[in-house]
Amino acid sequence: MSRIGDSFARVRADGRALLVGYLPAGFPSYAGCIDALRAMVDGGVELIEVGFPYSDPVMDGPTIQAAAERALAGGLRTHDVLRTVEAAAELAPTVVMTYWNPIERYGVDEFARDLAAAGGSGLITPDLIPDEAAEWVAASDEQGLDRIFLVSPSSTDRRIALTARACRGFLYAASVMGVTGARAQPSRQAAALVGRVRAATDLPVGLGLGVSNGAQAAEVAGYADAVIVGSAFVRRLLDAPDADMGVRAVEALAEDLAGGVRRELPAAPTG
Amino acid sequence: MTTPEPEPLPDATGHFGRFGGRFLPEALIAPLDELTEAWRSARADDGFRGELDRMLREYAGAPSLLYDATRLSDVAGARILLKREDLNHTGAHKVRNVLGQALLTKSMGKPRVIAETGAGQHGVAAATACAYLDLECVVYMGEIDTQRQALNVVRMRMLGAEVIPVKSGSRTLKDAINEALRDWVTNVDHTHYLLGTAAGAHPFPAMVRDFCRGIGDEARAQSLELLGRLPDAACACVGGGSNAIGLFTAFVPDRDVQLWGFEPGGDGFETGRHAATITQGDVGVLHGARSFLLQDKDGQTIESHSISAGLDYPGVGPEHAYLAETGRARYRPVSDADAMAAFSLLSRTEGIIPAIESAHAVAGALDLAKELSASMSDPVILVCLSGRGDKDMDTAATWFGFAGEEGDDHE
Repeated sequence: MSRIGDSFARVRADGRALLVGYLPAGFPSYAGCIDALRAMVDGGVELIEVGFPYSDPVMDGPTIQAAAERALAGGLRTHDVLRTVEAAAELAPTVVMTYWNPIERYGVDEFARDLAAAGGSGLITPDLIPDEAAEWVAASDEQGLDRIFLVSPSSTDRRIALTARACRGFLYAASVMGVTGARAQPSRQAAALVGRVRAATDLPVGLGLGVSNGAQAAEVAGYADAVIVGSAFVRRLLDAPDADMGVRAVEALAEDLAGGVRRELPAAPTG
Repeated sequence: MTTPEPEPLPDATGHFGRFGGRFLPEALIAPLDELTEAWRSARADDGFRGELDRMLREYAGAPSLLYDATRLSDVAGARILLKREDLNHTGAHKVRNVLGQALLTKSMGKPRVIAETGAGQHGVAAATACAYLDLECVVYMGEIDTQRQALNVVRMRMLGAEVIPVKSGSRTLKDAINEALRDWVTNVDHTHYLLGTAAGAHPFPAMVRDFCRGIGDEARAQSLELLGRLPDAACACVGGGSNAIGLFTAFVPDRDVQLWGFEPGGDGFETGRHAATITQGDVGVLHGARSFLLQDKDGQTIESHSISAGLDYPGVGPEHAYLAETGRARYRPVSDADAMAAFSLLSRTEGIIPAIESAHAVAGALDLAKELSASMSDPVILVCLSGRGDKDMDTAATWFGFAGEEGDDHE
């Protein structure tokens, strides 16, 4: 079983959800990102998503767009992303969330090889659907990497089944129709979507988009296997007056969220 | 009009060879499937086709003229026929695409349309079609472009559209597309994304091609009537590639007709300031499809440059990538300077001021005229004059040094 598989097995045994934290590599700086990832893990994040900043991030809202722009303006290159993974994987199991073109440009086989060598566990691919992923499926099989594809409230049951068959590690359920970013509350569509996924697969289901505090994390943990938080962490760093305060704010948020995924809630239907 | 033959491409999953496909978030796959289905059934529906034909005829002015440009031909040394898409309502071929997609939006029962625009031409066309068909229209436009093309912002607002300046990224066309995609994924249950060119995820490249293919279907029939034969070459400018694919499609099976796409060469390759995606780009994925694009070593999109805002895009439609790779169509860059020289030449020989986009096709045709004249007798070159140049007067005034000259309107 992969490192991610081990993580899910452990939290399932504990009867709670896994906490996943996202930050783009190179944001707020190369070293600053790694400092913030360490604070995240100290605060209770158990799986790291390193974002690969990209010039045209169509699935991201303004917060993550701003972070990606800053990372690219700072001169971030593909090998910096891989070095960030290397540092992150020392802290916790690590996956890369990336739009597809930078991977294709690097070479799919080459990226899979170098990601595995850096200790990365796999890729989350927001604009690569299984239908277009033959090369990545082969490369990830070759390197033993996990493949996390997304489903959304608009996905048909047929597509959920197809996507689940292509996934390894876990499956990423996007909670709403929309882009990344904090929302007042997780949508009602989210629990229904997770229920539909459970009907199709035994794979763990992580829920992302819109979770920004412990209370929301607790609610999502009531029906999903992982709670994925990105924009809220980025926001802490964007708003901080200096690097130290940013890192402390990230750790505080991680603690709040980690409390959330452990909170006892009235039993929620899991489909 | 001739009945379109069934197209061999794209395949069922939207691929033109290794190009095309769908590289967008899963959230948009079901809406893209819905759109594909709506478009398929509309194509087969006599009622839809009849209504679209009527709108194109009575409202847009189709079929556009095929004009024998004799004075230009004298200069060129070969007979040049101009397909006068500049005479269409809104002044460009784009009205064909927007009427088609807007009517499709109605048939899908969606009340809201979003569009991206660079120079504002597609935004104006989309706003026009939405006014005509009573649809809500929101246009995303890079903040820099809203400043460069303030007049078109006013035109869109006159037509009742909301124009949203996009402040992210390079604040130009590619970022306007990103923002439109973000709106679409959020509002897709009641919104159609009226993409302005034959690019993006399946079914857009094929659908936009089919809405624009009247250009070539008409020109082919008009050539046969005028000449009793087909032209030796068909030429168009290529940014995203909608007018070019609209022209080429009818001629693809006619192997004796050379197909030429002229890309924006900008200041020249050596300067890095160009938008010649096929001749200078690499294969990659942008805005939903695999095609050629301008990108750096890490796969980040590079900003393009062209004097023509309508060609200033770092990607190109996937069918052009396919036609280029198979050799059925050939693509060449035309520099800003050559395009502007052709812009002036056509204005002064024929009294037709072309869009700077279309001037790239004219410039390319002038070079081609010399080459064909050397290898065949009496060559005929068909050029798609995709739009008129009224919108480009500021650029032309600056380029030719007319800006700030006082009093020569009394000469």
